[in-house]
Amino acid sequence: MPAAEQPTRLIGNRVLLTLVITCLLGVGLLPFASMAPNRLLSGQSVSAWVAFEPWQLATLAGLLVLLTLAACERGLSRQTSHGLALAAALGLLALDFVALGGYAHRALAEASPTARVSQGSAFWVLLFATGLIMVDALQRLRPPPLWRALYAAVALLIVVACFTTTLLSPLSIMREFANQRGNFVDELLRHLTLVAGALMPALAIGLPLGLLARRRPGARNALFSVLNVFQTLPSIAVFGLLIAPLAALAAALPWLRELGVGGIGAAPALIALVLYSLLPIVRNTYAGLAGVAPGTLEAARGMGMTSGQILWQVEIPLALPVILSGLRIVTVQAIGLTVVAALIGAGGLGAFIFQGLGQYAIDLVLLGAIPTIVLAVVADFALQLLVALSRPSRAGQGKTT
Amino acid sequence: MSPALSLRRLRSASQGAGVLITLGVLLVALTLGMGQLEPLFRALFPSVSNPLYTRDSYLNLMLAHLGLVAVSSLISVSIGIAAGLFVTRPAGREFEPMVSSLAAIGQTFPPAAVLAIAVPLAGFGFAPTIIALSLYGLLPVIQNTITGLNTVPETTREAARGNGMSAWQILWRIELPLAMRVIIAGIRVSVIINIGTATIGSTVGAKSLGTPLIAGLVSNNLAYIIQGAVLVGLLAIVADLAFERLERRFSFGG
Repeated sequence: MPAAEQPTRLIGNRVLLTLVITCLLGVGLLPFASMAPNRLLSGQSVSAWVAFEPWQLATLAGLLVLLTLAACERGLSRQTSHGLALAAALGLLALDFVALGGYAHRALAEASPTARVSQGSAFWVLLFATGLIMVDALQRLRPPPLWRALYAAVALLIVVACFTTTLLSPLSIMREFANQRGNFVDELLRHLTLVAGALMPALAIGLPLGLLARRRPGARNALFSVLNVFQTLPSIAVFGLLIAPLAALAAALPWLRELGVGGIGAAPALIALVLYSLLPIVRNTYAGLAGVAPGTLEAARGMGMTSGQILWQVEIPLALPVILSGLRIVTVQAIGLTVVAALIGAGGLGAFIFQGLGQYAIDLVLLGAIPTIVLAVVADFALQLLVALSRPSRAGQGKTT
Repeated sequence: MSPALSLRRLRSASQGAGVLITLGVLLVALTLGMGQLEPLFRALFPSVSNPLYTRDSYLNLMLAHLGLVAVSSLISVSIGIAAGLFVTRPAGREFEPMVSSLAAIGQTFPPAAVLAIAVPLAGFGFAPTIIALSLYGLLPVIQNTITGLNTVPETTREAARGNGMSAWQILWRIELPLAMRVIIAGIRVSVIINIGTATIGSTVGAKSLGTPLIAGLVSNNLAYIIQGAVLVGLLAIVADLAFERLERRFSFGG
């Protein structure tokens, strides 16, 4: 009797059921796509009933029934129902893109060449809910990291396949992308260069400062309160306040101007990004070093290690996970702040956003906004993985405590 | 706690109050009296023909900015605390991992990108800014409400139950007061981020202290940029210091 091992409840997984209902309501009530006569006019809503082909509607219904079954968990083991949810979620992911791309192909075949089809809110709701279904099932199933990574890779493969084939190419945002392809690559690289260019000096300054905060308790409070002020200030204000002094500096020192330093552009952006990055790096370096158990240090000293050896072979390796979590915070933060830096002429993906806002070209706005969000989420995920890998193995932890 | 230590704490607290009051007075004075500084800006930027932003008074811009932050924070705080309470009650416990990871992932989204995405949904102006600020501000409040309520020790709850308190009484008299410091820390993060994002809100047509700043960037008028940046920066620092004091008031047994 499978029901005996858990308390009998009508619905085993209410989170999943909520998400299935969200999908139903979203697809039933919200526009799935919109069709506009040209790039700048706003379009007319198209519901899922029109946009989906009959077989797609049937597939959608089938997947939602499967997910409801998985949510009930009746007569199924937990493993089976979570596995079922994971598989059905992959199906939903693919269906969402296939339906949108298919509709765009059909609708544009008989429309004027300037007509544009873009995604509607039901598309986003379905995509979002699918992502949450995956997160929920993975949280409950707790597969080993390798399986988790494999599943993420399959989901990613589906998305990549949708974007690299011609499936989505008639969509308005993809046509905008095609028009801007060269620019897009440039701005993306510029965005990444700015982030990397800010993180390296921030680490070079922040790590020694964190060590200083650990070794000299007197300096700690003053250091943290100064750095905290920078974190508090709105980014655009810091960018703005750097313009006048840098412009004056560049005017006074011609060799600086030749290096490309000026009131606007990359120089104020980089300086501001470094200032913002310092607090998390210093704080986490300090916290990581302070978290090393006194007994461990004592033991290292007892073994005759010099203070330099203790720092490099004991303290830093043990503090590494905390330091890397600091790096994770500042990387994600810098990706976001670089968007704003486009306002002072530093370029990056934010340039598309503000250019699009200026022209009321929504696709251009999304062309900047969506990749930045993806970039931030991917960087967060990758660094999270790095933090997990840098943690001493569990067996080792058991011995030290 | 030794008397010397508590005395030092008291002194640093009163020093904090001094800084807060000084900066607060400076903020009000600059908001009301930016016009008096026109000769200064004229001297600093001789090449700029009109060195004082006059399309709107700084008082109006400040009030508009505060309005944006107040409305969105009110929405974030009420929804955020309600959601945090729901997922820490037995009825909503099942939703906690989902809501927590949603709040964590959502906070990696760049605020400026969230603001930009609100435009296709709500058009230009006040509405998309309020939507973006409320949504973004929601996340730290939810996260800290959950953390704060989860740190209340089970033994404390049990003791309260043993004293015959109802679930409602435990929530009001035990859990919320004990979690309040962490919840306020979340509201602090939310308000500070919103003060910054409201500044960028002027690029989507919402009136705020960012309006002169952006106008200055567009027309290369350094004086406008400095006027807007100083006011909004000062506002953020004053708000942060005020929240720091509020947090301290709710620390128990420290």
